[in-house]
Amino acid sequence: MAAGVAAWLPFARAAAIGWMPVANCPMPLAPTEKNKRQDELIILNVSGRRFQTWRTTLERYPDTLLGSTEKEFFFNEDTKEYFFDRDPEVFRCILNFYRTGKLHYPRYECISAYDEELAFYGILPEIIGDCCYEEYKDRKRENAERLMDDNDSENNQEGSMPSLSFRQTMWRAFENPHTSTLALVFYYVTGFFIAVSVITNVVETVPCGTVPGSKELPCGERYAVAFFCLDTACVMIFTVEYLLRLFAAPSRYRFIRSVMSIIDVVAIMPYYIGLVMTNNEDVSGAFVTLRVFRVFRIFKFSRHSQGLRILGYTLKSCASELGFLLFSLTMAIIIFATVMFYAEKGSSASKFTSIPASFWYTIVTMTTLGYGDMVPKTIAGKIFGSICSLSGVLVIALPVPVIVSNFSRIYHQNQRADKRRAQKKARLARIRVAKTGSSNAYLHSKRNGLLNEALELPGSTEEEQHMTKGTSLIESQHHHLLHCLEKTTGLSYLVDDPLLSVRTSTIKNHEFIDEQLFEQNCLEGSMQNYPSSRSPSLASARGLGTSCCSRRHKKSTHLPNSSVPATRLRSMQELSTIHIQCSEQPSLSASRSSLNMKADDGLRPNCKGAQITTAIISIPTPPALTPEAESRPGPGSPATNAPGAAASVVKVSAL
Amino acid sequence: MCYAGSSLTALYQPLLNQDTVEDEMEMATVRHRPEALELLEAQSKFTKKELQILYRGFKNECPSGVVNEETFKEIYSQFFPQGDSTTYAHFLFNAFDTDHNGSVSFEDFVMGLSILLRGTVQEKLNWAFNLYDINKDGYITKEEMLDIMKAIYDMMGKCTYPVLKEDAPRQHVETFFQKMDKNKDGVVTIDEFIESCQKDENIMRSMQLFENVI
Repeated sequence: MAAGVAAWLPFARAAAIGWMPVANCPMPLAPTEKNKRQDELIILNVSGRRFQTWRTTLERYPDTLLGSTEKEFFFNEDTKEYFFDRDPEVFRCILNFYRTGKLHYPRYECISAYDEELAFYGILPEIIGDCCYEEYKDRKRENAERLMDDNDSENNQEGSMPSLSFRQTMWRAFENPHTSTLALVFYYVTGFFIAVSVITNVVETVPCGTVPGSKELPCGERYAVAFFCLDTACVMIFTVEYLLRLFAAPSRYRFIRSVMSIIDVVAIMPYYIGLVMTNNEDVSGAFVTLRVFRVFRIFKFSRHSQGLRILGYTLKSCASELGFLLFSLTMAIIIFATVMFYAEKGSSASKFTSIPASFWYTIVTMTTLGYGDMVPKTIAGKIFGSICSLSGVLVIALPVPVIVSNFSRIYHQNQRADKRRAQKKARLARIRVAKTGSSNAYLHSKRNGLLNEALELPGSTEEEQHMTKGTSLIESQHHHLLHCLEKTTGLSYLVDDPLLSVRTSTIKNHEFIDEQLFEQNCLEGSMQNYPSSRSPSLASARGLGTSCCSRRHKKSTHLPNSSVPATRLRSMQELSTIHIQCSEQPSLSASRSSLNMKADDGLRPNCKGAQITTAIISIPTPPALTPEAESRPGPGSPATNAPGAAASVVKVSAL
Repeated sequence: MCYAGSSLTALYQPLLNQDTVEDEMEMATVRHRPEALELLEAQSKFTKKELQILYRGFKNECPSGVVNEETFKEIYSQFFPQGDSTTYAHFLFNAFDTDHNGSVSFEDFVMGLSILLRGTVQEKLNWAFNLYDINKDGYITKEEMLDIMKAIYDMMGKCTYPVLKEDAPRQHVETFFQKMDKNKDGVVTIDEFIESCQKDENIMRSMQLFENVI
């Protein structure tokens, strides 16, 4: 929770009155401010420059130097101010952090000096606000690179990845060939075969010398078998590669639709189609056409070349500019072709037989090729021809710089994309940590807070102070607010936990559960089934459990043997929860019931008016705990000590 | 043809954006200064010092002096990181924005807090009724209550124990209506609400819970 909104906490708590009429359970008590001091101005003298702020402003962040008692070390009795012999410029930023909740990094500041100041004042650099965080990280990285010769951050990232399945490792190997030597080998082998295949296609058509008795043959027909074997080998490799990629792809449907896979398919299909269709003479023409598609194998090189991919991406992103170029060219071609046709119509033996025939002339002229196979003969034709070539230069020159600049922008963007991806991961991790941190804080303080409430009455103040050492008033108020919400809805907060599992539980009172409690509850759940002979109290436990929220008159209180929770905490089987319910207990015949009754009597005087009884559900435990139980004094405990098989583990769960 | 058209509009786009930027700048300059301290002290039940503390916190988070719904939702969601508190914040905003002008000024804020923290139980219950009555027609229907209930449950988020059942809010609404709707006509009026709440000790006690918030 950002400290900036700590000032709004009173409002959020007041608004919680909106839940009260809806809630079915009573609300927990609000934390009280033990010592409410008047807010006072503090003077901070940093190397002569005086800053003043409210004490509460600094106390928003109790884990920093200025927010904790650590600043007392710097208190100057004579001048009644806190003196710091540090840089006043950086202190300005730090004090603003307390005021606004956002830490900024000034660009003119040296990165190492800034880091030192942050470390001195106990502030983590991760808190730097989004506006300045990128700059900070960039400068820090440059600094680190300057200090160290080799920055291994990328390798560290990859090394710390969790173990992946075979399929995932394969996919990673395909996408990033430098991850393992096998991937690198595969990468080069496929590259080699692509090159071989392309060269084969080219050399096939070269005339290869004459066989005596027939005309000159291209190499492809002379060494047909050799070329066919080569082709087969290449296609085998390509097919295997394609199938492997298909197998390893995380999303097969998306992979099939991707451009690279289409190129792969188009590259190998002609071969297979050719295999099927060799005998059919009618479609041999089509078969020849198919061989053209083999040239697409050259596009497979784009997997191997980042630049090719960027070029392709540039063309895709400059589609609108390319479209504009095409459109304007078409317009100009049609105009000039029409003009040239009508201009040359008069001349005899003119090559400009129709307007479409003039297209060829216009294109060749506008792109400044000038083959010379069609030339105008009339004067008008020559005039318009020269206008055509001049305008051609202009029309083509205009969109080209746009495309070029696009390419350069995308190329540099690509280089920075990796940097940004790394930063994004770290920031998401930060946000997640902050979120779970605040809920974790709630978990821990609730556990401590409950025990605190339970221990309040007997007045064991030492433990109470010990428990509340960590939480500030604002935190405890925030936790109280979350607690009220839990009570209103009848649910309870859980942290994202690997131990989370659905299980049937007899605990109907909804509490905060973390790992330790979960394990304990699992244990206790299994143990509850065991003592079947103790059915009365167990039934009462269940009954009490279900009645928790429907009961009106309840108040959390302590157990007569208040040291129980402390000792219980030491055992793994202990549950740090105290079952305290109001109920008119039916008389229980077991010896433990007498314990219950005794406990009731012992407690009655301590109740604050509401009807309160304690239900102590005892479950047999390993004998290791019994000595502890026996050594414990207290009004309720003699009954526990007397029977040997009696309870050592007192299941206590607080509401 | 249309290709060129779209590319041409792409060339004109930066010019069109100019207007929207100016609009945004206009909105940001809305300022609001609250009434004098003495006036607020007379109107609400807070002391001067308390009003000072309140205003400092208010102005810190909203330098322009008014809270619009977006900022309100943002602030409120910081208290409930695990769930989605935007719906409930929306209802709260409508409850605080008594003159329904889309923004909560410091006066609205103080008046609302004055009722919640220093008001009589009657006033607090009135306020709660106003919160639940979404369309402010004087009756709480089951649909309105269901919306409110879902908003409250949304704040808990997904990770809860026990796992939130689909019909838990509806059941909660049923329980609520059973308790509050005396004449079983399907709606809860203000009198039924106040009467039923006054009979319920739990609710009475919890209304006193936040007395010492400031």
